[in-house]
Amino acid sequence: MTEPELRVFVAIVKHYFEQQTGIAAEVYTPFLADPDALPVLDYTGVIGISGNRQGCVYFTAPAELLRLILSRSGETDLSPRNLADLAGEIGNTISGNARRQFGNEFLISVPLVVQGRDQTISLPKGVKAYVIPFCWQHHDASLVVSVV
Amino acid sequence: MTRKLLIVDDSNIIRNKIARALGAYGLEIAGLAPNGASALEIFSAVRPQVVTMDLTMPEMDGIECIRKLHAIDPRVRILVVSALADKATAIQALKEGAQGFLCKPFTEEELTEAIGELLSEEAS
Repeated sequence: MTEPELRVFVAIVKHYFEQQTGIAAEVYTPFLADPDALPVLDYTGVIGISGNRQGCVYFTAPAELLRLILSRSGETDLSPRNLADLAGEIGNTISGNARRQFGNEFLISVPLVVQGRDQTISLPKGVKAYVIPFCWQHHDASLVVSVV
Repeated sequence: MTRKLLIVDDSNIIRNKIARALGAYGLEIAGLAPNGASALEIFSAVRPQVVTMDLTMPEMDGIECIRKLHAIDPRVRILVVSALADKATAIQALKEGAQGFLCKPFTEEELTEAIGELLSEEAS
């Protein structure tokens, strides 16, 4: 993953929050992840990548951030089921939007949602993972990109 | 005449969002389907005039579902609502029988505008 490619994901994260909530997310400088210390928050939506690229992209966020987004969208059911659904949908949307730059051979899976901070996310071996940290409405979350 | 709408998306919150927006717009929500296979069953039972269609779904994806819905009823108006933002996917969906393409993330205003265009083309 090159720096310009990482910038694609940074731009998509910014666009997502501005467009969906009307409130910008503050995106910090991406960094190379420590495979033994990957960020995992309350809900994580994992998207497998295949085709012309291999790996995965995941979005991880605290429950409160997801509740706030759902509330702003008019959703009244803030159950864990819908929070998980939203985590998967955000992962899916960010990965799908990346096809604008990566092309239609950048194949994305349906989301796999993992619940709980004590979970481990398995990334492809030998592929560097980059963390794109950001903050929205005082809640920290991350997008992790591990794609070769 | 109130048009019937079938909403196809594997995300419950997206189905709800579309239902809220297009219900308020005046469409009758005739069915909600989490994948293409379920959409075909509901479509045959309720015969909606309008469908919103996600593309990345389990069991049967949106492109295959569009093809099959169009084979059942070539008059059906289909708006693709998908995160897949590349031109090739949009062109393929239109070739298979969709009439419009709205990229996620979307606002309710963008959705109603896209449906409005879809239905105005039908009338012309």
